Amino acid sequence: MFPVPQVNDDNRDFWTGGRDGELRIVRCNDCGYYIHPPSPRCPQCLADDVEPHAVSGGGRVYTYTINQRAWSPGLEVPYVIAIVQLDEQSDLRLMTNIVGCAPDEVAIDMPVRVEFREQDEVYVPVFRPL
Amino acid sequence: MADRFEERSIISGIGQSEVGRRVTKGVLALTLDACLEAIADAGLKPADIDGVVSWPGAVSRAEGLAPPGPGSSGPGPHAVMDALRLQTNWHYAGPETPGMLASVIHGCMAVASGICRHVLVYRALNEATAWRQSTERVATAEAGVTGVMQWILPFGAFSGPNWMGLYARRHMHEYGTTREQIAQISLNARRNAALNPTAVLTKELTMDDYLSSPMISDPLCLYDCDIAIDGATAVVISDAAYASDTPNRPIHFEAVGSALHGRASWDQWEDMTTTAAMSAGEHLWSRTDMKPADVDCAQLYDGFTVLTLYWLEGLQFCGPGESGPFVEGGERISLTGELPLATSGGQLSAGRLHSFGHLYEACLQLRETAGQRQIPDAKVVAVSAGAGPLASCLLLRT
Repeated sequence: MFPVPQVNDDNRDFWTGGRDGELRIVRCNDCGYYIHPPSPRCPQCLADDVEPHAVSGGGRVYTYTINQRAWSPGLEVPYVIAIVQLDEQSDLRLMTNIVGCAPDEVAIDMPVRVEFREQDEVYVPVFRPL
Repeated sequence: MADRFEERSIISGIGQSEVGRRVTKGVLALTLDACLEAIADAGLKPADIDGVVSWPGAVSRAEGLAPPGPGSSGPGPHAVMDALRLQTNWHYAGPETPGMLASVIHGCMAVASGICRHVLVYRALNEATAWRQSTERVATAEAGVTGVMQWILPFGAFSGPNWMGLYARRHMHEYGTTREQIAQISLNARRNAALNPTAVLTKELTMDDYLSSPMISDPLCLYDCDIAIDGATAVVISDAAYASDTPNRPIHFEAVGSALHGRASWDQWEDMTTTAAMSAGEHLWSRTDMKPADVDCAQLYDGFTVLTLYWLEGLQFCGPGESGPFVEGGERISLTGELPLATSGGQLSAGRLHSFGHLYEACLQLRETAGQRQIPDAKVVAVSAGAGPLASCLLLRT
């Protein structure tokens, strides 16, 4: 399976929010800008009052690629790696996987919704076509 | 044009080791072969070298945007300095730079600052050997992925084709770039490799071969990917005052480009129809009165075919989104075209020397010692390195 992230104080909300069914993204409490990856300071207004907020979980496929290569023994292919743009903000994007459809059904701009793949107590956000 | 630091240095010597997929020598031996050849080619002895720069240095793990894979680092400056008993005023290596040619730019800076007179700059890899011995393509700690790779590896984006496949798909979507157009980069490289005695793959490659080859990370197929090799390349960057004393034709730096105007991130790069090549290219042209039309041939980065397209646009050889039509049919980028590309066969056919093969070839062209693939009267050559958020480029001239 895929490597898991090491959970720490900086990324815990992102990688474990799925336990509560929430995709949590750090947001600036001063200007409302979503910040990903998480950062202790807002890059827009430079405020340091930031905290994780649950987003809607809706988004669109910005781009994708279909991995066909087993990079390590036992890796099951093909699978779809994508960049999904979340509905909240035009530059709020995540690398992710598209699941729940055949790889050749994925298309740019396709609307998708988050779900979580649990792996070693980490909840990896992946997306399924609506 | 205001005073530019890069004018104060030259490439005085060049060297390249044996390059191949089945090389018996170890990577330090290959590195020393290339370094000693470059030093001798410059008319110097190891005792004359007072600076050493490499990329990325002896790093087995790194949390930046250029994570080392097996065999991708090579020996760092400390190993080379000790092996040759070099006495230096400055040495440096690190992966968090504007692409691999940043090491060359760093060498120019060391000379221009006055701290060094002759800087040895090299890049060494033994990925062919390492990949035969390891199944791990990106180093991941057992305790979990940390740093920027935590946003990439948990989704199975293990390797460059995954990352650049994302960019390529967006370029194809927005501009209608086709696989047949992209293929021309690979076909052109193979044609040129047939004229390069040191190239790794020289058998003719056809459009059918390309289109029927296995997908690696769709839309990138096998022939979109460069060839892992063992090998090393070195150059000596000297004070420009040394130009009149070099035994071989000195090569001058017309301009360098290293600007990164975009997020320092693979996955958060805003416009994936571009890479950092856009800002690095613009930076380069802001430092010279020369224009893209002055370039006689270009050794553009081709770790993946599509990267050459991104560099064609970044270095303004064509407009944004126009690189597909620019290379269509392949004539324009052939040895007899208006902008010959990858005249050595590039990384796609001559081996993944991580832009230093391109640098070496640029020097051969400017010295008019490129044999059967020589571009007549080559006076100005562009060289570039990098992908995604990593980019650096050089404009070299006689």
